Parts: sequence; C-alpha cells; structure tokens
Amino acid sequence: MSAAILVLVEHLKGTLADITFEMLGVGRQIAAAQGGQVHAVLLGKDVNALAARLGAADSVLLADEPNLEQPSAEVIVPLLQQLMAQKQASLVLLGGTNASFGLGGQLSARMKVPFVNFCKGARVEGGSLVLTSQLFGGKILSDVKLADGKGIVSVYPGAFPAEAGRSDKTPPVEKVAVPPGSPKVVFKRFVEPDTSDVDITKQSVLVAVGRGIQSQDNVQLAEELAQSLGGVVCASRPVIDQGWLPLSRQVGKSGMTVKPRLYLAFGISGAPEHWDGMQSSECIISVNTDPKAPIFDGSHYGVVGDAVELIPLLTDRIKAKKG
Amino acid sequence: MNLIVLLKMVPDTVEELNVASDGKSLDSEYLRFKLNDPDEHALEEALLLKERVGGKVTVVALDAPEVDDVLFMALAKGADRAVKIPADQASLGTVATARMFATFLASGGGQITPDTLVLPGSQAIDDLEGEVAAYLGEALSLPYVGVVSSVSPVNGKVVVLKEFSGGMRGEYEVTLPAVLGIQSAEKPPRYVPVAKVRAVMKSAKIETADIAPPELAKALVVERMYKPEAAGRAQMLEGTPEDIAARIAGLLTERGII
Ligand SMILES: Cc1cc2nc3c(=O)[nH]c(=O)nc-3n(C[C@H](O)[C@H](O)[C@H](O)COP(=O)(O)OP(=O)(O)OC[C@H]3O[C@@H](n4cnc5c(N)ncnc54)[C@H](O)[C@@H]3O)c2cc1C
Repeated sequence: MSAAILVLVEHLKGTLADITFEMLGVGRQIAAAQGGQVHAVLLGKDVNALAARLGAADSVLLADEPNLEQPSAEVIVPLLQQLMAQKQASLVLLGGTNASFGLGGQLSARMKVPFVNFCKGARVEGGSLVLTSQLFGGKILSDVKLADGKGIVSVYPGAFPAEAGRSDKTPPVEKVAVPPGSPKVVFKRFVEPDTSDVDITKQSVLVAVGRGIQSQDNVQLAEELAQSLGGVVCASRPVIDQGWLPLSRQVGKSGMTVKPRLYLAFGISGAPEHWDGMQSSECIISVNTDPKAPIFDGSHYGVVGDAVELIPLLTDRIKAKKG
Repeated sequence: MNLIVLLKMVPDTVEELNVASDGKSLDSEYLRFKLNDPDEHALEEALLLKERVGGKVTVVALDAPEVDDVLFMALAKGADRAVKIPADQASLGTVATARMFATFLASGGGQITPDTLVLPGSQAIDDLEGEVAAYLGEALSLPYVGVVSSVSPVNGKVVVLKEFSGGMRGEYEVTLPAVLGIQSAEKPPRYVPVAKVRAVMKSAKIETADIAPPELAKALVVERMYKPEAAGRAQMLEGTPEDIAARIAGLLTERGII
C-alpha cells in the first residue's frame, strides 16, 4: 500500500517546534516501509520562510495568510480534510501538544477514520501499521493496529528523534487555499508569562514538588532546602493549580522546560506531561513513596520514601556540610 | 448562563495498575476510581461563572464506580442539577461517550440554549481515542477550544485563554453556544465538607437519562496492553532516612553542587 502522509507543521512565533521534525522523521520511517509521499502542511501568518527547513518532506503545502495567526480548529480541520482528499492521504500526523490539542478528534470524526492519541511508537508489521500509545500517566502502554493503514495520529513530543526529520534539501512548495468560513473562534493575542518572578529555566538547582508534598506548609520545607542549595522551588501542575506556587514555577508541557544541573523531585509521579519539561536535567534524584512510580524509570537516583520526612533531614545535612 | 459540566471517573494512578488476563484491558478488580482532575476544574470554572454572571450548573456523567458520590459532591458545591446516564463508561471509548453526551444535549434533557457553555475537562488519562470535548464540538456543530484555563463573558461572547507551552497563553474570542475543554479553573477547586455532601445526599436527587449506547462502542481495537519496561531505571538509594540524606548530600558534593 502506498498512500500519502500529511504532517501538520508546528511553529510558535516564527520558530519551528522540535515536534515538527520528530513527526517528519516518523513520517519518513513509515513511508520508507509502506511507500508513498510525505507532505508537510504549513499554515500561519508570515511563515513562508519556514518552508525551506522542511526538506525531509517531499513537498510543503503552504497557506500563508494574514488571518491565519494561531487559527482555531474550525479553520485547520477543514483545510486538513480538503488536503487529505486532494493528496489521497491515509495518515495525518499531528503534534501531541497543547497547540494541536483537539484537532485529531475533529478530523477523525469528519473523515471517519480512527484517531490514535499519545503515540510513542510506530512500526509496520505484516503490512499493517502498529502504533504504541502511552496511557494512564505513563503507567500502561497499548498497541493498536491500523488495519487499512488509515488514521489520524497524535505524536507524543520527545518520543521520536528530531534528527530523523531534518534535511538540507529544499522542498518544493505548493500553495493551498484555506476553505472560506466565518470563524466563531478568533485568535486575539498572546499573553506572555509573568516574568516578575525568578526564571526557573535559568537555575542550576531546582527542588521540585508534586502532589505528594501534601500541603502548602510542606512546600515551605522545600523552600528551605532550595535555599540551602542555592536553588529555587518549582512544581508539577497540581501544586500550581492548588495555588501553592505561582504559574511561573510550573514545569512541563504547559509550563517551562528546564535543564538544571540538579533536579530533585519530591512526590512527583512522573506523568508524561511533567517529564516533558525536565527530562534533560543533568542529574535527577526522585523521592516517592510508590516504588513503581514512573519517575524512577528516567531518574538517575531514586529513593522510595516519604518526601516530607526526608526534606528537613537533607536540609540539615547540607547546611552542616556547608558549615 | 446555561453551564453544562461533563464528569468522568478515571482509575486512580496512585494505585498500582495491572493488565487483565485478556492482555487488552485493565484488571478492574483492585482499581480505585477518582474524578478526572481537569473535570474537577471544569466544575469549579462553571461554579465561578455562575457566581459572576448567574445561571444554572448541570453536571452529567456516565455510570462508573463511585460516580454517585461525585455527583452529590458537585451538588453540594453548588451545582443545580445532576444527571446520570446509566451506561457503563468503561465499555465505551471516547467517540461513543461523546455521541451519548451529544444525544443527551440535543434531547430535552440537556438543551443547548444561545447562552450555553458545555464544559468537559480538557483530557483524561485514558483518552486513547482523543478528547471528548473535541468530538462533542464536532457532533453538535459548536465552536470548540481545548486546554482552556480562563473564561470571561464579554458582550454575549466569551474570551478564553488557551495554554501553549512555556507558560505562554493565547487569547481567543468565542461565540456562544460553545464547547470548552477546561484544563484548570481560575481558582483551586473548592473544598466541600463531607457533612454537607451527606446532607445533600438526603435532600437532593440524581436524575437519570436513558440513552442507548451507539452500536460501535470503541473506534480503536486494542491489540495488547502492557506495562512499560523500565528503560533507564534509577539507582535506588536505601537505608534509614538519615542514611539517605547523607548519601544524597555526598552525591551533591561529588558533583560539585555543594
Ligand atoms: C494538556 C495537559 C497539560 C499538562 N501540563 C502539565 C505541566 O505542564 N506540568 C505538569 O506537571 N503536569 C501537567 N499536566 C498534568 C499531568 O498529566 C499530571 O497530572 C501531573 O504532572 C501530575 O502531578 P504529580 O506528579 O504532582 O501528581 P500525581 O500524579 O498525583 O503524583 C503524586 C505522587 O506523589 C507520591 N507521593 C504521595 N505521597 C508522598 C510522600 N509523602 N512522599 C513522596 N511521594 C509521595 C505518589 O506516590 C505519586 O507518585 C498536564 C496535563 C494535560 C492534560
């Protein structure tokens, strides 16, 4: 079987996101096994210069119009629908990111082909495409088969190498028109994150707390530890949502991506959306009461134990060492 | 405003999850369920909107273990109406679930008025087939935005913030009626004392709406479910908490951090 694959290019503020290259890489891998072309779909406002960097695709389908800044699903979905028909595409790859959130479900409903979420692995087996998804916060994997090779796939960020999707070639560019409509969801502006607080992306030591920290008082214990180490406290989403720390301290998919020398994770399960934001830390030490917590799978050092008990002990030790 | 919140029970991942003997589903024997986190935020956002601009909050859920407790909790927090659709959530995928909710909303049970906001949580941890909110927008031909963390009514429309990465958010203006996948409410979900929930259990009723499940329960057929192999397993530090604190301090000294 050889049918085309569409990749929806992701970019934010004039920069291509890594997920774009990760998707192009998987697209190439599947096309190599099954035949068919890979088309990169690039839409936005003032984005035509980005096309030159998408050489891993056989062609770039470009819609560059003033009213296409961060368009909503009601603009993107009909365009993808039209391109699927035009290019006889059987597969559409979308980023498993906040930016592309929800597009897959809507496109799948329209095209009557299945949508596969959280995809971390893809292989061709006996002529069928088998996709591996990560469920339940990373605790379970599931394999599904796209028997006729048709589907819309949300590709998990960081799961595939971006290198495989980079190329120096200059791809042919084909202009496409967005189907007319009067959108009921209209982009107004970006709201930048609050920069009055410390910038956690610039810290070399981060003490991270998750739901396992249990109370705002215990966050204070983590503050003391961070101080003794010359670092700052950051957190997983539930701690931010509780209002125990400001949004500027959130690490993960919706928050910041950090790469400190030391990431101490207390009471964080290691859900993929958190892992996203801290996996490149030089040294990760995790403390969790659950010996099977997914965070241990990627940490350098792990402790099965009570964070609330360990934190003050560690603070004392460090203060003693520093004298 | 007519605020309709959709609630879903999900396995509590603090417990260990095991694969059933069929190798294709979760072993339900020891599963504990809890309300999907973003759904709790959707409820909170609805209650905040009701407090700000007035209106009525209806919560709707499919049948699942402990769902009655959650529906009563929602009433105790301030929801006006709780509806249970007696179909087993576990046997339905996202697509089928969205179709059932769409049928409910299009029927007399729900009623989409011009000032309606349908508020599911943004996503659930078992959404293999995608997000209910997106399918629902499509099924009801209503505008849809996901990963929403703020909703403000302005001149008969709503202005919402959608999360991007790096703490960046995008502001969108949305015409009503609409479906918004809520990621987090503007305030932490309120706490309601158990005594209040108990009182509501005695005084209030959960309505039921019979809706036949669609023919096709799941759009995707799972071939195999399994636990991930620990790829780069951490080196585990053992001993008394005092020993461990000393070991960590030692490691940090070796690495030149202290
Ligand atoms: C679109 C979207 C975007 C998201 N963006 C982000 C994001 O940017 N950042 C983010 O973090 N999450 C994000 N999430 C949420 C994410 O899916 C997880 O829900 C979240 O990361 C879980 O946080 P947690 O690990 O603190 O809590 P949990 O998963 O509840 O884990 C708590 C952990 O604490 C342990 N524990 C309990 N008590 C103790 C104790 N005394 N000592 C030690 N350990 C203890 C438990 O064993 C458990 O492992 C997003 C989700 C979605 C759908």
